[in-house]
Amino acid sequence: MPASWILLIIIALSVIGYFIAKQRALASGGGDRRVLHSLPKYYGTNAALAAAAPALLILGIWMILQPVVIDSIISSNLPEAVQADRGERSLAMADVQRIADGLDTAVSRGAMTADEAVDIRVGASNVRERLAEVGVALGSEVDANTLQMAQEYRALTSTGNIWRAIAVLVVALGGLAIAYMMTHKDFRARNSVERAILSLLIAAACVAILTTVGIVFSLIFNTHDFFSRYPAEDFFFGTRWEPSFSGRGGASDLGFLPLIWGTLFISLIALLVAVPLGLFSAIYLSEYASKPVRSIVKPLLEMLAGIPTIVYGLFALLTVGPLLLDVFGRDGVLGVNWMSGGTAAMTAGLVMGIMLIPFVSSLSDDIINAVPQAMRDGSFGLGATQSETLRQVILPAALPGIVGAILLAASRAIGETMIVVLGAGAAASLSLNPFEAMTTVTAKIVSQLTGDGEFNSPETLVAFALGMTLFVITLALNIVALWIVRRYREQYE
Amino acid sequence: MTDLTTTPTPGGKRHSYGSLLDESPRTKKRNAAETRFRVYGVIAISIGLIFLAALLFAIVRNGIPAFTQTYIVMDVELTAAKLDKKGNRDIEDIKKVSTFGYNPLIGTALETLVAENGVETEINKGKELRDMLSSGAAAQVRFAVIDNPDLIGTTQEFTLLAGSRVDGYMKGRVDRESLARDPNLSPAHLDIVDALAADGTIKRIFNWDFITGTDASESRPEQAGMGVAILGSFFMMLVVLLLSLPIGVAASIYLEEFAPQNMFTDFIEVNISNLAAVPSIVFGILGLAVFIQFAHLPQSAPIVGGLTLTLMTLPTIVISTRASLKSVPPSIRSAALGVGASKMQSVFHHVLPLAMPGILTGTIIGLAQALGETAPLLLIGMVGYIATNYPDGVASGFLDPNSAMPAQIFEWAKRADPAYYERAWGGIIILLVFLLTMNLIAILLRRRFERRW
Amino acid sequence: MRDNFRAENDVTTNAVKIAARNVQVYYGETHAIKDVSVDIEDKTVTAFIGPSGCGKSTFLRCINRMNDTIDICRVEGDIRIDDEDIYDRRVDPVQLRAKVGMVFQKPNPFPKSIYDNVAYGPRIHGLSRNKSELDDIVERALKRAAIWNEVRDRLHAPGTGLSGGQQQRLCIARAVATEPEVLLMDEPCSALDPIATAQVEELIDELRQNYSVVIVTHSMQQAARVSQKTAFFHLGNLVEFGETDKIFTAPEDPRTESYITGRIG
Repeated sequence: MPASWILLIIIALSVIGYFIAKQRALASGGGDRRVLHSLPKYYGTNAALAAAAPALLILGIWMILQPVVIDSIISSNLPEAVQADRGERSLAMADVQRIADGLDTAVSRGAMTADEAVDIRVGASNVRERLAEVGVALGSEVDANTLQMAQEYRALTSTGNIWRAIAVLVVALGGLAIAYMMTHKDFRARNSVERAILSLLIAAACVAILTTVGIVFSLIFNTHDFFSRYPAEDFFFGTRWEPSFSGRGGASDLGFLPLIWGTLFISLIALLVAVPLGLFSAIYLSEYASKPVRSIVKPLLEMLAGIPTIVYGLFALLTVGPLLLDVFGRDGVLGVNWMSGGTAAMTAGLVMGIMLIPFVSSLSDDIINAVPQAMRDGSFGLGATQSETLRQVILPAALPGIVGAILLAASRAIGETMIVVLGAGAAASLSLNPFEAMTTVTAKIVSQLTGDGEFNSPETLVAFALGMTLFVITLALNIVALWIVRRYREQYE
Repeated sequence: MTDLTTTPTPGGKRHSYGSLLDESPRTKKRNAAETRFRVYGVIAISIGLIFLAALLFAIVRNGIPAFTQTYIVMDVELTAAKLDKKGNRDIEDIKKVSTFGYNPLIGTALETLVAENGVETEINKGKELRDMLSSGAAAQVRFAVIDNPDLIGTTQEFTLLAGSRVDGYMKGRVDRESLARDPNLSPAHLDIVDALAADGTIKRIFNWDFITGTDASESRPEQAGMGVAILGSFFMMLVVLLLSLPIGVAASIYLEEFAPQNMFTDFIEVNISNLAAVPSIVFGILGLAVFIQFAHLPQSAPIVGGLTLTLMTLPTIVISTRASLKSVPPSIRSAALGVGASKMQSVFHHVLPLAMPGILTGTIIGLAQALGETAPLLLIGMVGYIATNYPDGVASGFLDPNSAMPAQIFEWAKRADPAYYERAWGGIIILLVFLLTMNLIAILLRRRFERRW
Repeated sequence: MRDNFRAENDVTTNAVKIAARNVQVYYGETHAIKDVSVDIEDKTVTAFIGPSGCGKSTFLRCINRMNDTIDICRVEGDIRIDDEDIYDRRVDPVQLRAKVGMVFQKPNPFPKSIYDNVAYGPRIHGLSRNKSELDDIVERALKRAAIWNEVRDRLHAPGTGLSGGQQQRLCIARAVATEPEVLLMDEPCSALDPIATAQVEELIDELRQNYSVVIVTHSMQQAARVSQKTAFFHLGNLVEFGETDKIFTAPEDPRTESYITGRIG
């Protein structure tokens, strides 16, 4: 029985449960709803939840676990050598799965009878051709072992599915029955329903934890895989980034240093643009600008933050890059020949800086506004001008907060992807020239994962190692920045 | 007060301030510094605004041309001998004639067109003249014929797509000089285009296909449209909305109203604030590893994009929802508890409805952010997929491979033909119109329902 | 020392330092000060008393134009210091505030060291030529504010680390360091405990030797203790102004009497 049917049955059961439990509650109170402990709808909801919640939970867990269990049973049939290597093993299992899916499709399209799908053997008929007829394309000829494993896979899956349906429906009916039995005018249905809702709320709050766990695990497993194929010291201390897609491993240089250098260099340019502009904008808007000016300029600047990064990327690639080339390029206005192509660290850095202006300015604005008015009064009362007050009293007082804001901006810059993918170039270099093409950690994550390389090659897996370092760096920056900002806020609360 | 007795009477050297009416030189200097400081602020803001203006100008100037397209109006004779050799008007036979069968007809039509207009040119072969048209033009005629086989044997007026070079010439993107190095079109073609444009046979009209159409192959930028990508984004946003709003609101209610002060709560809070600042590309890696590698969901499908973006948007929604819950004054809660409501009832009956406008505003802003996000989509395969087919239905809308607006823009930006750059800019205009609308709705909601306690 | 207070109270022959004529203050639509005229003498402590919201603080803030920093505030009329109209177009409020120092209700030391707090004013007004002169100024100001002995060993510790009374005396030191001619004090003791209050009150009496001190206070006892002249404000009006002794013993206006005897507050 497919999962969607089970789902429908569960929903139907819980709707039925709602009405019969409500009815029973009313009946137990002699039809007078005032003698019930809770409102009748709570009795109904209680029964509906009892029918649906545990059943859905079991269904969900079953659906996650069944493939994992079947996978491990089947893969024990694989040759020892294949089993030992995680990559090989997952490739082989993918083949098994594809054939199993193909047989399913063939059966559902009527190209094969169910019995035929179970009994078909490699020798007797060409499985590949039969499957191709129903639109299932297989890369290579099917070997006997794989076909047998695929058939075993199907058998196990269908047995599993039967048990799944039985288990889930028994639990649903059981829950419904227990809730129905318990329904009585003195039963505290509301408390029971509220406890259930509270656990739903807690579960929702845990999604944040699950997301973090998901990120960490997906990075760790694949990073571990990468380091089993490529030495860690060559990755962290290598100064050359030259992946090759022709051979598997060995031929590639996957040095991390040029990438992190490009990342930091571009981020630095971006911060050099964004911090002074953002800070001075914030100071002017919070201390000098009249109300009408502020109410127009602030949203305009914040528009810069609402524009998607892909737009900035295109702006860098097609507008800023050529413009810079016209100025600093070979036949440029300055005639300096520093730049040989539109995509360069400068292009990406400049545009990223523009993007970060509102980020710095609105954070700084908040922080400057958090400095108590008493500080300003004290300074004005001594005859300080506004700029003296700002420079000597407010900015020093706000400094920790502003440092926090800059760290957050830096973390943004380091993690920014689209602008560097489009604007910075693809060549990894350890150059000091800001007008040279550079590449970053994020840009390489994209290019390694969207390339044609095999998934289990170090050239692809390196993206996860890059993602891991990126995650660790930005996480550290964020934690420090948030800690500073929070402590700063508490100081004035 | 022993300190005071040691103080010398300030008669000795007491500083004296002069008349208030004279600005002392020092005050003058300080005021000059003040003015300078102010000017720095004005300069900083001006630079910011100039950047914004430059960005918007670049978008509008480069993107507007994508909304018009060049067409050539011509009469095509749909010769029965070529299109329906058996003469029995059997639709299956007609369908067997591929676009190659239509090409000569169009070529002939062009020859006639050029001759009728009296254009002097060394190009007179239909095959070469056809370079002015899109390679999709033949398909355009073919579809018209398959739609209505009765047209065979008649001469019909068609408005056919011009090629991207001709389109570029009409929009000023291509000139004779740049064609010298271009194998697709020769300057001689442009003489014909000039003549035909003069009498309106070649014209630029509003390009609905750009907004509703499908993406095209790399060689046919004139045919590429955003329609399928818009649908892809729509399905993705549906997933994000349906998941992130309930989960986000539930999580916020727990954290704001029920959570005890303990390590576990702190841990959740730290997680949320950090996730809000994790680079979006990391969410892409998560989506790839969990939804595609582990859960075997279909690659490039809007459901995967939606799930990934949901996880990315959740922290934003939780943070803004908690702010709006916090702004509901405690007196409301006490009032509800005071008449005997349970804590849960006070939250769901009173606090939540009052916080709803703020929650919706935050959600819309979160959705707008997700709509423009590109990096995670790259990793789950939404770029590189050429979205040439509309999904068949709602289920396939979620599950079939598709593109999304920002992914489509990126895809176009990567293609080498400058005609695609124009499409990319045009795509940005469409994307920004969506974002602007969403933000306007959020602002209106806030204005309309904002309550000051 | 306390014994001397009374005896000094009848010194009345001082020159007029601040002369206000027909001062009106508006906060947006609210008419906060209504037609106040008053003469404040040099080397005298003048107390402003009155119920909350009567406008005494607002009027105080007019004297060094602190109200300029509030957008919606509008001042009309004439305030002269040493016969110069401080609202004249040519007057720079920055220069005015150097001459008219101010101490606020809540101690508000800057988040800097004690030394830097006191040196802040002299630095921005350029009162010293070198470091040792600045040191002298700081030391003198701290001594005059009667806090030198408590902080001499930790001049470079943050000013925010002091106790409330110490912080307020630090703020007074900060104000006197710029050598003002008038010192405005806006309820300087309201955030302090009785011991710290007594210290600050003694200090105010000492400061009278050099400055014209104007103090806003909620406490009638305090006004009686430290001031020679008292002005009673009520609902934005200056009801009565005169010798402190006379105001407290034989007020002319019935409203003053009601306030002093505790019937309006």
